[in-house]
Amino acid sequence: MEIFNQANVSFILGGFANTIEISVLAIIFSLLFGTILAMVKQYGPKPLSLLVSAYIELFRCTPNLLWILFIYFTVKGDYVFTSVLSFTIFTSAVMAEIVRGGFNSIPKSQFEAARSQGFGFFGTMWYIILPQTFMVIIPALFSQCTTVIKDSSYLAGVNVMEFMYTTKVVMAQAADLSQVLMLYGFMFALYFVLNFGISLIVRAYQRRVVAAA
Amino acid sequence: MLEGLLDPLRWEMTFSEMDTLWNGFFFTLQVVVAGLALSLVLGTILGVFSTTRSRVLRAISRIYVEFYQNTPLPVQVFFMYMAGPQLLQQITGAPSPVRISSFVLGFVGVGLYHAAYISEVIRTGIEAVPRGQMEAALSQGFTRVQAYAYIILPQTFKVILPPLCNQALNLVKNTSVLALIAGGDLMYNADNFVSSYGYLQGYIMACLLYFIICFPLAILVQWLEKRSKERPRAKNIPGVTDIAQAASTAKEA
Repeated sequence: MEIFNQANVSFILGGFANTIEISVLAIIFSLLFGTILAMVKQYGPKPLSLLVSAYIELFRCTPNLLWILFIYFTVKGDYVFTSVLSFTIFTSAVMAEIVRGGFNSIPKSQFEAARSQGFGFFGTMWYIILPQTFMVIIPALFSQCTTVIKDSSYLAGVNVMEFMYTTKVVMAQAADLSQVLMLYGFMFALYFVLNFGISLIVRAYQRRVVAAA
Repeated sequence: MLEGLLDPLRWEMTFSEMDTLWNGFFFTLQVVVAGLALSLVLGTILGVFSTTRSRVLRAISRIYVEFYQNTPLPVQVFFMYMAGPQLLQQITGAPSPVRISSFVLGFVGVGLYHAAYISEVIRTGIEAVPRGQMEAALSQGFTRVQAYAYIILPQTFKVILPPLCNQALNLVKNTSVLALIAGGDLMYNADNFVSSYGYLQGYIMACLLYFIICFPLAILVQWLEKRSKERPRAKNIPGVTDIAQAASTAKEA
């Protein structure tokens, strides 16, 4: 039997589309939440800053799969919602550290200059600090994107219809080893093209920054 | 679901089942140690390959690193789990598919995956050592292999230790991939507990046990990072450094 028939291919590619949808949403939300966490850790009052540090350490020191299972077990809802939620809570911790690294690279004089021009804290952050920070952290952000895309395959563990899961469902129909290998080759190739493409963008960007400097 | 967290009976039940969690914990530790050893050895070899003059060795290292860094670990491990036994059967000519134990799947899986990352760490470390060091070593009669072993690699330690420990931390977390397949590790046993009793306590204990392994590593990474930023300073040797300091102050005067 032909394994790459139309129904199977569109089923598998549907999973690939879900992988991308979940990853993009997770990255957007965790970047937003992570930026807030980073601001609180860096500039917030001491008790709040300690709380954020604890949050970051907790999620940095435990496996992603644990939180995927945890959310799956406790929160009932649409699978896109629960997947994005679980990825957001632990990716935010990583994003916060990336953004904070960006803050550290901004010279202190930028704050003083902004203050002398009459900017308040939020004005300074929004107009002066954050734009410069994001320019600095773009490479780290993109490599975090590939991490999220790769880790989204852990979602197959809770039967989310993402790329690895749909491919495995089709694999159950495989008649022999060669068909299994073809499906794995297809899966490896698609993940590779997506992630390698992202890393090529990062490299091109870094070359441009180096050339400009 | 969450109100059950305060139920003392559920905690009592959880503690009575702690043995399976501890078994998983020690199994995970074994996978970590073996995986770390494999990834360090392979990563160092590939890292050195990527800095040699041989175009073939550089290409091997590049292809390996790009493949393993750009495809998901669960897919790699699933591949070994599902296609591995039959592939091994065809390669070795065994009468039946070769069974791969959970331990082997785990440590080879995370070992090969993190070898790619460690290779990049080693490469950047070697590139940070001035080129003159290799030339000087060669001029003193070291062979290239000796120069790498005695001159170049030891100098990379201070630079590469923080990212290496970070990789070790990620490796510990990634051993949880075993819970998706063959199992036996901490995550698998905790998940089993939760699905058979319906108590969230299993995940909380797993969280705690992973934290016990990873948090010291995270602290170590921070400490090493701070230390690697400090400039190398001469040790204070009584009688020697005083003279040097006296000489330098005399020069300034």
